Amino acid sequence: MSASQAQIQLTVNGQQASVDVPPMKRLLDVLREDLGLTGAKEGCGEGECGSCSVRMNGELVNSCLVPILQAANARIETVEGLAIDAELHPLQKAFLECGGAQCGICTPGMLMAATHLLAHNPHPSIEEIREGLAGNLCRCTGFIKIFDSVIAAAAMGGNPTHAR
Amino acid sequence: MRGNPEAHQLIAPGTLSAVIAQLARAPGEWTPIAGGTELMVAHAAGRLTAPKLISLWSLPELSFLRVTENEISIGGGVTFGQIRSHSAIAADFPLLSRAASWIGSIANQNRATIAGNIVNGSPAADAPPALLVYDAEIELISQRGLRRLPYADFHLGYKRSVLMPDELALALHLPRRFAKHAQYLRKVGTRKAMAITKIALAATAIVENETITEIRLAAASVADRPIRLTATEAALIGKKLSSNTMREARKVLLNEVRPIDDIRSTAEYRKHVAANLLDEFLSELAIDSTHEGLSA
Repeated sequence: MSASQAQIQLTVNGQQASVDVPPMKRLLDVLREDLGLTGAKEGCGEGECGSCSVRMNGELVNSCLVPILQAANARIETVEGLAIDAELHPLQKAFLECGGAQCGICTPGMLMAATHLLAHNPHPSIEEIREGLAGNLCRCTGFIKIFDSVIAAAAMGGNPTHAR
Repeated sequence: MRGNPEAHQLIAPGTLSAVIAQLARAPGEWTPIAGGTELMVAHAAGRLTAPKLISLWSLPELSFLRVTENEISIGGGVTFGQIRSHSAIAADFPLLSRAASWIGSIANQNRATIAGNIVNGSPAADAPPALLVYDAEIELISQRGLRRLPYADFHLGYKRSVLMPDELALALHLPRRFAKHAQYLRKVGTRKAMAITKIALAATAIVENETITEIRLAAASVADRPIRLTATEAALIGKKLSSNTMREARKVLLNEVRPIDDIRSTAEYRKHVAANLLDEFLSELAIDSTHEGLSA
């Protein structure tokens, strides 16, 4: 059985986008396959690892669990939207400086979860950082360097409000 | 990703009345999907059998939180992220706030809804024990009308409930009369975030002159559905809080719970830990009552 396609409009990192896809196609796959944004990664595909984290209408979500129809007219932010031109986001700078990224698979999700955390809580405690990133798994760093990166980014002024 | 998105229809009628009209036209044909934290997992694994899905996500009629003098009503589409950040829920129903805060991760809490947690019917679900010890009522809606019943009567067995194929869970209603109760909730799992419960116990109680005058106990993962431990409650009500009472209650609980062995734990472990959690709650209660402070 074949379901009909749906014409979906959404805003991704401030840009209008339109896709013609099956309504049950995952937001993750639309980002990667239809829009060419391969920052969000598929780790577990079941909402456990957070490597596909993006923000949808300002809320952190696992894009592997969002059918694209539910993202119709939504505002999506992905890791590709963090840096402004060549200027890295403070979190990206901090991850580089503190060794918060090793193999890099979890990094886009970590950055989005950390962005979400700092948007709500510009100076989180270590406990709050641990909770904010608890849905994001890393098999390289042992997490400590990631927590250090978030602390460093918060000290740098954390989370500049993007105009877009 | 083993599921095929082209094998499923998904529609989003956009209003509650349009959704229940669609359900009424062909009861059982359409599977409601809200935040997808259950069904999209099945989809990715190729286990989603429902060919036709109907979206409830962001329906305004299911997204309300209403505080009146006597109760707090939570729309079925309210997410656990919204529940944990709601100050009136935190003040009156702290166990529900706490349960919301340890469901999955932040990203899951932003999508998982309270009605989804209930109608999915898992015996291990996080919200049900708290709802049970607060005497919550559940309101169901279909084109035939509304009905409201004690949440304790909702589940009938493993993944079975009174919900008819044309019905949706419209709201949970929590009576605001637990401010003076001692309250307890503990979840035992492998880690704080993401872990599905091995065993959880919730309780509300009132102790007067060292005697238990009111007690409600509910547990997850000890039966085929979330349950009130009514036999254990009966062994405690009207009793002095003594070590003898606690020993007796422990015995009753060990007979009352019927956990299973599964990938997360064993029946034996679950029984013992359930009894230990009861001991912990009753010990806290005994300490609090001798200090005459009843907030746990």
